[in-house]
Amino acid sequence: MYRYDQYDQSIVEARVAEFRDQTARRLSGALTEDQFKPLRLTNGLYLQLHAYMLRVAIPYGTLSGRQMRMLAHIARKYDRDYGHFTTRQNIQYNWIKLEDAPDILAELATVEMHAIQTSGNCIRNISSDQYAGVSADEVADPRPWAELLRQWSSFHPEFSYLPRKFKIAVIASPEDRAAMRLHDIGIELVQRDGVVGARVFAGGGMGRTPMVAPEIRDFVPESDLISYVEAALRVYNRYGRRDNKYKARIKILVHELGADEYRRQVEEEFAAMKQLGLDPPTAELDRIRGYFADPAYESGLPDSVDRSDPAFALWIDQNVKAHKQPGYAIVNISLKPAGGIPGDASSAQIDLVADLAERYSMDELRVTHAQNLVLPYVRKADLFAIWQALDDVGLAEANLDLISDIIACPGLDYCSLANARSITVAQKIANRFADPARQRDLGELKLKISGCINACGHHHAGHIGILGVDRKGVENYQLSLGGSGAEDASLGAITGPGFDENGIVDAVEKVTDIYVRERTAGERFLDTYRRIGMKPFKEALYG
Amino acid sequence: MVDFLSFRDDEPGQEPAVTFEAFAGQTNATAVRIEPGDDARALLPSLDRISLVEVNFPVFGDGRGYSAARILREAGYTGELRAVGDVLVDQIVAMRRCGFDSFRPDHPFDQTAVDAALARYADVYQKTVDGRAPVWAKRHPETTHG
Amino acid sequence: MKILTGNDLPTGDVIWWAGDGWSRQIAEAVDVGDMGDDLARREEAARHVVGAYVIDATPTDDGPRPAHIKDRIRALGPTVRPDLTLKPADPEAGQWVI
Repeated sequence: MYRYDQYDQSIVEARVAEFRDQTARRLSGALTEDQFKPLRLTNGLYLQLHAYMLRVAIPYGTLSGRQMRMLAHIARKYDRDYGHFTTRQNIQYNWIKLEDAPDILAELATVEMHAIQTSGNCIRNISSDQYAGVSADEVADPRPWAELLRQWSSFHPEFSYLPRKFKIAVIASPEDRAAMRLHDIGIELVQRDGVVGARVFAGGGMGRTPMVAPEIRDFVPESDLISYVEAALRVYNRYGRRDNKYKARIKILVHELGADEYRRQVEEEFAAMKQLGLDPPTAELDRIRGYFADPAYESGLPDSVDRSDPAFALWIDQNVKAHKQPGYAIVNISLKPAGGIPGDASSAQIDLVADLAERYSMDELRVTHAQNLVLPYVRKADLFAIWQALDDVGLAEANLDLISDIIACPGLDYCSLANARSITVAQKIANRFADPARQRDLGELKLKISGCINACGHHHAGHIGILGVDRKGVENYQLSLGGSGAEDASLGAITGPGFDENGIVDAVEKVTDIYVRERTAGERFLDTYRRIGMKPFKEALYG
Repeated sequence: MVDFLSFRDDEPGQEPAVTFEAFAGQTNATAVRIEPGDDARALLPSLDRISLVEVNFPVFGDGRGYSAARILREAGYTGELRAVGDVLVDQIVAMRRCGFDSFRPDHPFDQTAVDAALARYADVYQKTVDGRAPVWAKRHPETTHG
Repeated sequence: MKILTGNDLPTGDVIWWAGDGWSRQIAEAVDVGDMGDDLARREEAARHVVGAYVIDATPTDDGPRPAHIKDRIRALGPTVRPDLTLKPADPEAGQWVI
């Protein structure tokens, strides 16, 4: 994985010093809260429901054991002994003191981590495929491109005060595991005549006005990537709406201009910018690629696994995925234990996963947008030992992509923007479907819950989506069906009037009953919904 | 306290800047003030007679002026480029990188904060219009053009 | 009744105006009448509080009960982590929120 050189390290350390100075000026009164707020936000520090919240960037979701251990240390020393992994592959802490924030950043900097641009109207952490580098279907590892973009976007002087936040994802497989087309800019690496380049999508997003991004360029060569993306951002910075924060995302600009006109403006800007020498030499991407070269795989490893323990066999079938290298496997660690809080992990659990990464996964792990963790380089012979270790700390739930593998935002339990609680609904649904056999029978079913219209819980992209709203001071939940964040991206449709907290759990059960009744062999919930449409589900819910 | 900050060797422009609309009709004006919604590109044909462009920031969070500044510099403008309005000391480094070379903030800067901001970042990731070598150029001196 | 709340500037803790200063216990919150906005401005300027705002509440025997669930969750803590609330020993505390 990528390692900082002296330049990266000095920039991150300068940011720590800058934030220490800004914090001191706030505490002394030299800065008002109105002035300080955008400064702390561009460093991931929010004022949330109970305290300050710090969001720490995990670039493209990749971490070393040492970095993971630092996350546990911060949870233990400065927070309340746990952290929350987010739908953008980051981690956030809910109980941070402003006066501690500079010290936390200084500790993070010792392991090449930071909170730069994890909030605010700027280019956010670049997200990617959690199986990058280990999946057989990718045309290249997307992470060197993501790292190039990370560096370009860090403290970008022109794009620090965009109309609104800006999220970029980079993938390199036909299978989309990163909800790429629901990003402000989505990049899919593709191959043309043996050369890898970027297929670029723009104007996707969730929130109040969800949009699936249209393609704006079928191929950007490596040597043009930075100037092309710079042109795309400049058009947005100049013409994105600033009169209404709910219409300020690039998706509204692209939608109002139309993809063709936006594309034309970007091309015009790009033609001018390409002349300016903004692109790093190809040697720079090659240098970064060097850090992402395949590790030293062992050859001749056994490919078979002893499945005599039935619980272990279940976990293998559900949570372990095929690796491109014979004898190896990809292990998904579910952070969705039955009745637990989606994405939360205690310091002890984080430490244990760090240990496992160091011992069994070439010192590397990943965070997924579904709020789970991944050990990407596991010898099949080590699977049983890993499963046992995970089971000891309550992390061996065999539910990846099943109905209890719920994405949920923090909701009203933690978030000042929320209208309703999300976690309690996730817990009730997971408990209702607690029977593992029933979950497996329902098969792949992506259930996603947001506590407000901002859609941090990706409800628009859920096969089943739930949106919490405030109805005259009472929590109410709208149900939507048919969304997908994968390569067949689509937006869910609302079923009708909402439900109360218990009613929404019943409603979910009713729609799964319709699926079970109507499905044909091999159909997932989403497939059945797409074939039979909304009507039978509506009848079951309201009929 | 600093109510005007310049990085230029020449005297600051004193001529009152006219509005963007007025400038279009006044062939003798040499100072123009642009607002966030104005298209800086419309000034490009007149750059050789302009000695001062004021870019107004009515609120510090409106970042359109950063693009306006870069567009002018990329087109070869060498006159004074002044950020005015709700400009905060924490913004001047990014503004310098976009080509601003003078500042007249609504609320004066603290000199210590100015000095600290300017000294803070020894390295930058992007090539812009300020002539600073980005880290990729330092990493690959052999392949870097220009 | 109207009560005033916000967060402590250096620690971020949820605090309530208690008449002569700020308290972490909503039970100590006092009715601010129509003085809330003035108090908020004064206390923010003195950096005793950040993000201060006035809310409606109902007086009860156990102290003020905020009208909106969001402020009841702020007053107690996350309903999904009773151990992290201000009343970790009281398993029924969460009922007050709902």
